[in-house]
Amino acid sequence: MSYAVLADLAARVAVFGIAALSLDFILGLGGMASFGHAAYLAIGAYAVAILDANAISSAPLVFAAAIGSCAAFALLSGAIALRTGGVNFIMITLAFAQMVYFATGSLADYGGDDGYTLLGRTSLLGPRSYFAACLICLALCYAFCRTAAASRFGRALQAVRQNRVRVQALGLSPFAIQLTAYVIAAAICGVAGVLLANGTEFVSPAYGAWQRSGDLLIMVMLGGAGTLHGAILGAAGVVVAEEMLGRLTEHWRLIYGPLLVCAVLSRRRRLR
Amino acid sequence: MTLLLVQALNGLQLGLLLFLIASGLTVVFGVMDVVNLAHGVQYMLGAYLGVTCIAFIGNWWLGALAATLLAGAVGLVLERCVFRYLYGRDHLEQVLATFGLLLAVNEAVRVVWGTAPLQMPMPALLSGSLPLIGAMRVPVYRLALIAAALAVAGALALAIGRTRAGMLVRAGATHPWMLRALGVDVRRLFASVFGVGAMLAGFAGVLAAPLVSVEPGMGDNLLILAFVVIVIGGVGAMHGAFVASLLVGLTDTLGRSFATDAARALLSATAAARVGPAVASMLIYVVMAAVLAVRPAGLFPARA
Repeated sequence: MSYAVLADLAARVAVFGIAALSLDFILGLGGMASFGHAAYLAIGAYAVAILDANAISSAPLVFAAAIGSCAAFALLSGAIALRTGGVNFIMITLAFAQMVYFATGSLADYGGDDGYTLLGRTSLLGPRSYFAACLICLALCYAFCRTAAASRFGRALQAVRQNRVRVQALGLSPFAIQLTAYVIAAAICGVAGVLLANGTEFVSPAYGAWQRSGDLLIMVMLGGAGTLHGAILGAAGVVVAEEMLGRLTEHWRLIYGPLLVCAVLSRRRRLR
Repeated sequence: MTLLLVQALNGLQLGLLLFLIASGLTVVFGVMDVVNLAHGVQYMLGAYLGVTCIAFIGNWWLGALAATLLAGAVGLVLERCVFRYLYGRDHLEQVLATFGLLLAVNEAVRVVWGTAPLQMPMPALLSGSLPLIGAMRVPVYRLALIAAALAVAGALALAIGRTRAGMLVRAGATHPWMLRALGVDVRRLFASVFGVGAMLAGFAGVLAAPLVSVEPGMGDNLLILAFVVIVIGGVGAMHGAFVASLLVGLTDTLGRSFATDAARALLSATAAARVGPAVASMLIYVVMAAVLAVRPAGLFPARA
């Protein structure tokens, strides 16, 4: 493998590491199993595309737009999804992600289903600095999640996962805590979306496909939910495994799928 | 007016197909507490097996029957090999394992049948069309599909409401622990419920195959629609699934054909042409969000 290929792979690991990290923030710490997290990758990526089509490529503006739109959609969809729990939450987040998927596919001005090729990269994310930018973003996001997890808010979030009723009894609102965490995670995932779009210089609805949301869940679960760094390791594992199996055979999913089934079945049963 | 009628028939047809898939999914969830992402795979297998069996046997009806039974058999094998080990586990683990299964089966279908879409013939008996109103004609096959799906839905309602096995299924959905305590062979009940669910989804695949292109991953989108149906109808509720299936089928079909016209009433023609399709594809999710905002457990929650 040449240096360029390796750097490309490492950048992908960093990008999906950020996305998986943000999912772990709500899944591992907050107990919210979202099956629609890739929607925020897509929203972040489309923020890049839409600004690009309007000749705006300044990094602060692009990041602000991506984070803002992700947070706004998370606030709306999260407020509805968090009214339910358990398996309904999984299905509802999936449905909201599908909504984003079809919405991005119908953006005729930005390529529709075929996707949109960027006219140019966002500033600070050019080919030379892209790799470094990804690593810096990953480090910043990780530091942010760590700090947030250790903060008063992070403690409350983990308490909601462990015992919702007790948190209520303490006078806190579990709904508000979970919704806040959901919005934060979406905003972080938006950052990953911006990086993903710049890495390929191409944006398509497939970024928000539900299989992608499944991949993110796999990364978090394989790395160990609730550990934060595990999500990054899981992302590295999945991205590298896809790359290696993909080189081996065109039908790599025939190996990947059963591997996944075995990985899940061999997990120790936990009492929750 | 005639367009509305034709589209309503199409919506009814989509809704009933969805019900065949969602009914299996909701019972499997209600009785066994298993989230099955690989359920859409059964629909796809039904369609592919239908194409192959009909070509092999040479008779449409026998081929369709064989494909339905084979799809059920595949379901039983999957139950024995994978799902049996998922009972009682975390929902998230079930999602991941069945996701892996789905990737593998989709890929296996690509290997066996290739990636090119296949076509399935219609039975000669049902390939004509009937006059509807004036010059408008409606294909007999679509009407037959609606009738067949309604018949299955009726039989299912009878089986669940009036037979001993159905009583066990209902009891399993509401009081699983009591059922175990009463000494019912839950494992066998699970396996047969799973097999029937897989067969129903396979049957939906066979029925739909002559109207759609048979291709890998064709079950995935319907699976997500089936999830929407279950969430709207209330997890584990059969009648909820039926009402929600028709609601989703009609909303989606009518939305796609009339959203642009509706948008034109509010916006300029060019804006409407852009907004209409976007709104149409999102409509069922908006309906779902609206239902959940009012009733978080769905329209007819099985468990209080």
